[in-house]
Formats: sequence, structure tokens, C-alpha cells
Amino acid sequence: MLTLGIDIGSASSKAVIMGDGKELVATAVVQAGTGTSGPKRVTAEIFERSGVLPEQISATIATGYGRYGVDMADGQISEITCHAKGVHFLFPAARTILDIGGQDAKAISINENGRVLSFFMNEKCAAGTGRFLEVMARILEIPLSEMGDWDRKSEHPAVVSSTCTVFAESEVISQLSNGARREDVIRGVHNSVISRAMALLYRTHMEPAFVFTGGVAQNSGVVDSLRRELRQEVLVSPQAQLTGAIGAALLAQEKADQKGV
Amino acid sequence: MSEINFDEMTSKQMLEYLVAKNMEDARQAKAKGGLVCWSSSIAPCEFCEAMGIYTVYPENHVVGIAARGGAPELLAHAERKGYSNDICGYARVNLAYMDVQKCISEEMPLPDLVLLCNNICETLLKWYENIAHTLNIPLLIVDVPYNHESEVTEENVAYVEAQFKRIIEQLEDITNRPFDYDKFEEVMKIASQNAKDWYDATALCSAVPSPLSGFDMFNYMALIVCMRGKAECGITFRKLKAELEEKAANKICGLKGAEEQHRIMWDGIACWPYLSHTYKVLKNHGVNMVGSTYPSAWALMYTPGDLNGMARAYTSMGNNLSLKGQIDLRESIIRDTKCGGVIMHMNRSCKMCDFLQHEIGEAVTSDMRVPITTFDGDQADPRNYSKAQYETRIEALVEMMNERKREGGGQ
Repeated sequence: MLTLGIDIGSASSKAVIMGDGKELVATAVVQAGTGTSGPKRVTAEIFERSGVLPEQISATIATGYGRYGVDMADGQISEITCHAKGVHFLFPAARTILDIGGQDAKAISINENGRVLSFFMNEKCAAGTGRFLEVMARILEIPLSEMGDWDRKSEHPAVVSSTCTVFAESEVISQLSNGARREDVIRGVHNSVISRAMALLYRTHMEPAFVFTGGVAQNSGVVDSLRRELRQEVLVSPQAQLTGAIGAALLAQEKADQKGV
Repeated sequence: MSEINFDEMTSKQMLEYLVAKNMEDARQAKAKGGLVCWSSSIAPCEFCEAMGIYTVYPENHVVGIAARGGAPELLAHAERKGYSNDICGYARVNLAYMDVQKCISEEMPLPDLVLLCNNICETLLKWYENIAHTLNIPLLIVDVPYNHESEVTEENVAYVEAQFKRIIEQLEDITNRPFDYDKFEEVMKIASQNAKDWYDATALCSAVPSPLSGFDMFNYMALIVCMRGKAECGITFRKLKAELEEKAANKICGLKGAEEQHRIMWDGIACWPYLSHTYKVLKNHGVNMVGSTYPSAWALMYTPGDLNGMARAYTSMGNNLSLKGQIDLRESIIRDTKCGGVIMHMNRSCKMCDFLQHEIGEAVTSDMRVPITTFDGDQADPRNYSKAQYETRIEALVEMMNERKREGGGQ
């Protein structure tokens, strides 16, 4: 049986087709989120890439900020539950999840069955999320995808203390104009993201294993900063950005099973 | 009043009629040279009522403005005058209203005196001081010490009682009349009975399904705020109680057009600018808000004639309790109203509520294993709320409650 999970975020759209709730059949990511052409493009792309026909899909669940805009979905489930489910599938030992997406950050405690025990999300402000890193990448004149490589070169990390994106932007500009090296400022930016995320994580049970998901988990600099802060291993899947969509596809499988499809 | 037959009215009709009448009476009194007092919502109304001073309530007035979408222009006016947007939204809107005396809601007459009791909030002290200073009118203060320990001390009660005596003297000076102790005792009797009637009616939220949605309770609250010293208030709540008992007997749920699938406690003040949105999202998921700290907030019961007992009642109310008292209060509400989840309104206007919520949330989660979610919002300023954020968090909470139900836990 094939099921489809679609995660429409604020900055990107992700889709996953799973077979019998066990294997990843196909994945697709489009870097455009809700309110753009992203949702349509990601659905077209996943069918084209996999050769699967829409009528072969037994159930579809949509998640993410734009979940109610997916016409073909059989249901919508919040990204909190989907991330928990997706992480449990990828890392059954996971108990604490940090997810940082385009405009929100969340820390989730889950049990051995992948059930959410508690979750904590950022305030209305999007500081410390993917959007924050995008702004920083722009003023540092470095592609977002290269931030991790630059971070590794840092020898004297700068301190970016402002938690507000606007103030942090001024702070970074001021550090650069005072001659700070870009790699050191980048390390400071990554540490600042994690220092904000830790405020959410400390409210969970802080039980290992820790898993980092969401688009920001693709940035090795932020992942390393989290490892340093926690002083322990942090699991990151190559499918970090797809975790929500994987969870949605798994929940679609449960829905199809219940309906006896 | 004589043309109105309460027997033929529902409690909701009485509520609407009486709240409007209270404001109209104050306007008319003001026009005829009578005295009008602006009072905080859980200050002792008994004194002004005994002296025939018409009392209106800025907090309640701002609620009417915010719920009708009229807060932004007043907030902007206050901010232009230099009030930071970190200050309570009720205070900003009211201070702006004092200046412009125009709003989307009812006209509220300017005061001849102000009365505040800081048992619910410390901002009131500076807010009301500003009103008194600007309008050059008397400021009556009941300063209630915070109860840091689990017991309300005799010293604190005596301190508050002494201030009650001072208020009596102040009112004698303001009205140039001796204090009417007979009327005072009569009002104490009425206020105490009204407090009991309010509590008895709203306590019916414990029935399953609850015949009263907490959002309807928010509306009825206007009456216990504005007319706690008047007999009609109790008549309305006794009528409400009878209506709710009938609904409970027939298993009629307070959610209009939806079935009660989950019961939750709402922590904090309502998000008035988005009252309808916050209600509908819950209703669409079959979530009935049945638990709240409001029923006990006005349960100010004491023996009429006992000034010391009255001081104790105003000192011991829920918001003025120690952290442990606040936790115990929430846990008993969750138990009594059989709630399976908690929603905490992280209200930008009320720092006191917000700071307590983290600790209360941790304690409730650990003691009762009840899932909790929080959302950012404001009691008056619509800029501090995001519909999508609220929806996602409520959905996640509902999913957690569903899982718990499937696994046989919760509710």
C-alpha cells in the first residue's frame, strides 16, 4: 500500500511516498512554501519522479503551516504530531526532538511509541529560526548552504547576543565593520540560534537520544553548536527536512489501515 | 426598572439589559451631578454602593472595545502619548479613552474618584494614579500584600481592614455625608450572596457534558464585575443556574452545534480581540473550555457586617496566592471540572500571569500528566496574536488528548 505525506512549511514544501508504512518510495522538496507555487510543484514532482499515479495512493495526510491548502489530502495533522512520528520511524531510540523550520522552532518530548508527551514552541517572534539564518546569510553574502563549511573554519567565535533578528542584523553588521572574520561571526550566529533553542529544550524531559530535524538541521554549524551545548550526540537524518512529511505518510498509513483500505 | 419583568427574561437577556443599564445609570447620574467612580474589577464595591456612588469598570469597558475591534486606535493614541507597548493593554486603552472619550463601544462617564485594589495586578497602582493625577480627583487604594506563604496572615488582613476604615473616612470627606453603615451591611449581604450565586452557577461546568461553555461564562462575567453590589446580579445568576441545571439534566452541551469530545482548562485572561476565533477553533475540534480560575475569582464570601472577614476575602482571592496556592488552585479546577488538557494564554499584557505560567505548567504536567499548550496573545492588543500559531497548537493538543484517550488515560 502506498501513502503520501505532504508538509507545506513557511519556506519550503516537502512530499514523501511510503510503501506499507515501512519504506521510503520517493521524496521531493521544493524551496517555496505556503502561498506560493511550492505546494502544487511538490505534488507534481513526487508523482513524476516516482512514476506513481495519484489513484495508487491509499491515503494522504497534509501537515505544516499550509496543511489546509492541500486539496488532495484526506486529513490534516499538526506538524508536532507528524515530526514525532517521523522521528520515531527514523530513530526509534529518540526521546527529545529539536525541530527548527522556516519560522518556528519546537522542542518535543516523545515516549517509546513516538507519542508526544509535551511540546514547547517559540513565541510569535521568528528569531532563531530558518528565517533568521536567511537574513544573516544575506548580510554575510554567503549562500545559506555554505554556512556550515564556513563555521568549521572559525577559531575565535564572535558572540551574537541579540535575540531579535533586526537587532542581531545590526550587531553582525557592526562586528563585520569592526573587522571580525566572517567565519567567526557565522559561528556566533549559529551559537545564537542554539542558545535560543535551548530555552525550549530545557523545558522538556531532556531525555536522550536527541534528534535534530527541520531545514535548519541541514546546517552542520548549527548541529555542531547543539552538540557542544548538550555535550552529547545529536542524531540528524539525511532526511531531516522530510521528517514531518514522513510522519504524515505514516499517519496516512494508520488512517488507511483503520478504514480497511 | 419597574417596567421590566425579570420573570419573563432569560439570564442572557437579563445580562445584556443589566450591564447596559448600569452604564446608562452612571451616565445619567453624572449628567445630574452625581458621583461616578472608576474601579478595578475585584476591588470592594461595597463602600461606594453604600454611599450611592455609581461605579463603572474600566477593565470591563476595555473588553467591550477590544472585542469590537476598536482597541488599535486607542492603543496608538496611548503610545503617541508615550505609554510603552509593554504596558498592559487595558491600561493603555483606558488611559487613551480618558483623553479622547470616544470609542467603538459604550460611552463611559469620566470619574469623580477612582478605587483600586491590587489583589489582581500591580500595574493598577500607576494606571489609576495617572487617572487621579490627570483629572485631579481622589484616589482610593486598597493595597493588598501578596501572600508569599500558604497561609494568609492576620497581619495582612489587619492591614487591609485598616485601609477599609480609611476608605470610609475618605468617602465621608468626598460626599460630605456620614458613612451609611446600615446600607453598607445590606450591600455586604447582597455582594456576598451574589458571589455565592456566581460560583454556584459557574460550578455547573463540572457536569459532563458541561452545559456552559467557558466562553459564555466570559460574557456573564461582565455582570459579576459591574453589579456585584446589586441584587439583580444574584437574580440573574440564580436564573442561569436553573437554566444550566435543566440543560445538564438533559445532557445538553454548552458548545453550540458541536459535541463535547474534550474538556480543557483555560489559564489566563481571554484573548478578547480574537474571542470568536479562539472559541471557534476549539469548537471545531469538539473542545469545551470548562475549567477556569474565574468562577473562584469573585467567590468573595464573608459574613455580612464582618469587616475583618471581608478584608480576608479580598486578600485571599486566587490571583493573590503564593505559587503553591496558584498550582493547587489549578489542580483542583482540573480535577473538579474533569479536564483532559490545559491551554495557557501567554498574555503580553499580564507579565504576572506569564511568569507564573511556566512554573504552574511544569507542576501540573508533573503532578497530573495533563498535556498543556501555550499561545501568544493579548487581552486587548490584537497585534500580539497569530491565528495560524493558535490553530497549530490547539490541533497538537487535541491530537495528544486523542492519543491519551486511545491509551485509556486522561479525562
